[in-house]
Amino acid sequence: MYWNPAIERLSAKELEEIQERRLRALVNTVYNYSPFYRKRFKEAGIHPSDIKSLSDLPKLPFTKKQDLRDTYPFGMFCVPLSQVVRFHASSGTTGKPTVVGYTANDIRNWVESLCRALASCGVSNDDIMQIAYGYGLFTGGLGFHYAAERLGATVLPISAGNTARQIELMKDLGSTVIACTPSYMIYLAEYASQMGVDIAEDTNLRAGIFGAEPWSEETRKRIEEKTGITAYDVYGTSELSGPLFTECTERSGIHVWADMFLVEIIDPKTGEQVGEGEKGELVVTTLTKEALPLIRWRTGDITYIENDKCGCGRTHPRIMRILGRADDMLIIRGVNVFPSQIEHVLMQIPEVGEHYMIIVDRREDGLDELTVQVELSEKAEIDTTGDILRLEKKIAEKLKSVLNVWAKVEVVNPGTLQRFEGKAKRVIDKRKI
Amino acid sequence: MIKQISVFVENKPGRLAAVTEVLTKHDINIRAFTIADAGDFGIIRMVVDKTDEAYKALKEAGFTVRLTDVLAVEVEDKPGALHRIAKALGDAGVNIDYVYAFTSEKHKALIIFRVNNKEKAKEVLENLGVLFKGEIS
Repeated sequence: MYWNPAIERLSAKELEEIQERRLRALVNTVYNYSPFYRKRFKEAGIHPSDIKSLSDLPKLPFTKKQDLRDTYPFGMFCVPLSQVVRFHASSGTTGKPTVVGYTANDIRNWVESLCRALASCGVSNDDIMQIAYGYGLFTGGLGFHYAAERLGATVLPISAGNTARQIELMKDLGSTVIACTPSYMIYLAEYASQMGVDIAEDTNLRAGIFGAEPWSEETRKRIEEKTGITAYDVYGTSELSGPLFTECTERSGIHVWADMFLVEIIDPKTGEQVGEGEKGELVVTTLTKEALPLIRWRTGDITYIENDKCGCGRTHPRIMRILGRADDMLIIRGVNVFPSQIEHVLMQIPEVGEHYMIIVDRREDGLDELTVQVELSEKAEIDTTGDILRLEKKIAEKLKSVLNVWAKVEVVNPGTLQRFEGKAKRVIDKRKI
Repeated sequence: MIKQISVFVENKPGRLAAVTEVLTKHDINIRAFTIADAGDFGIIRMVVDKTDEAYKALKEAGFTVRLTDVLAVEVEDKPGALHRIAKALGDAGVNIDYVYAFTSEKHKALIIFRVNNKEKAKEVLENLGVLFKGEIS
């Protein structure tokens, strides 16, 4: 299903022409209307006239989260507040909060982007969409709300939390699609079975759109097995607008609308573009944003890009599953460890449940210690203490083979680790560095 | 052979009470009981009167539960009784994984065994005439 078939199927060449035209306009606009960008351009020794084609992109300076913090609240805005119709503020997961602003056109384009995405994963006016992302300053709730309404779906704006009510309304109103964080979906399914509700049998739910935190293919499989729904990945950040892109029904990557956003992958250490198909940090240039245009925005998300035409017929590039965040990376005894790698290993072990915690501490002798706590799954059968020790050893060995670091594994009772209603915070770093 | 229930518990205050609360609520009587401890966690093993009901109730309460076939022998409550059995099993090359004992009004002393070779052990115990073939109630 297409929302905007003419645009979604443009040839690579036509998309490039649009990108080039919009990029040239963008650098002129920010240079003329934003003291912040003018200063940045001057420091980098470049002028808008130096940007003639897409190949000139690497000449432009990066922008990052710290710039938004440094210029808080409005220093990077490129329009007067009289043209701004809405603010959102980021959750501040990794630092001080930041504020973003939208013109009426920005809201329209945001809705357009997410409408294309929702249509691509089969959401239509026949659906009842339960929006269990937080409403308010977080972009998740309102972002999905406006797009789902524009699409003609019936919106249930329940926001996050209040799990018993979520399940009750899901059943009574017949929600067919849910949007929330993957960790909340797991919690919701668990809670439902405690209430005696089998999501697969007792509800009409058929699809879920999950994001706002990194998650793995294995988690997808578990959600699907437990609930009988099809799980789609969504990508977006508040700085880029909010939730913007999802997987299509092919589920092999997330389409980024190239007429609106220009994506690159760079090596986070050197800032150089990496070769095609290589992993690195996702960098996005917004081509249509007015209030807060971003040039070469460092998302901090690690992924790679697939440019081939997708099986769904769309020509826009796909970013593959987010492998982690450049700033989530833990350095343990000098080895780079992404929490997503740990999740990947754990979810392949049938005796391990969906919930886990990662604790990093520094021992008195100065060595880092990685502890992974896991809950036993329903499939675990334990009769002797040896069964547990063998399981802990098996998990530790699998982690070692992927991470190259030994972890201390602690098996705990099901239902005892912390549950999260919003973004899961599964890493506790106790080191004082 | 009789069924034993094993429950995995973390070694923390209140964990045993969480298990016994479920059993109490379902009016289940514990016949034999032991905890194997290994630092951060322990395994509760027990023989109860209503095994299937206890298994279901604990599973629904979210515990990691397992049913295991174990052997029970009934012996006179007097010196040398356990030795006779342990020696016979040892001589037959059967390894005992764990063992615990209890007495009750209805039975003589009952000893619960988990072994590495159930069939062989059964044969040895039957020959000695000590294998318990009744029902635990």
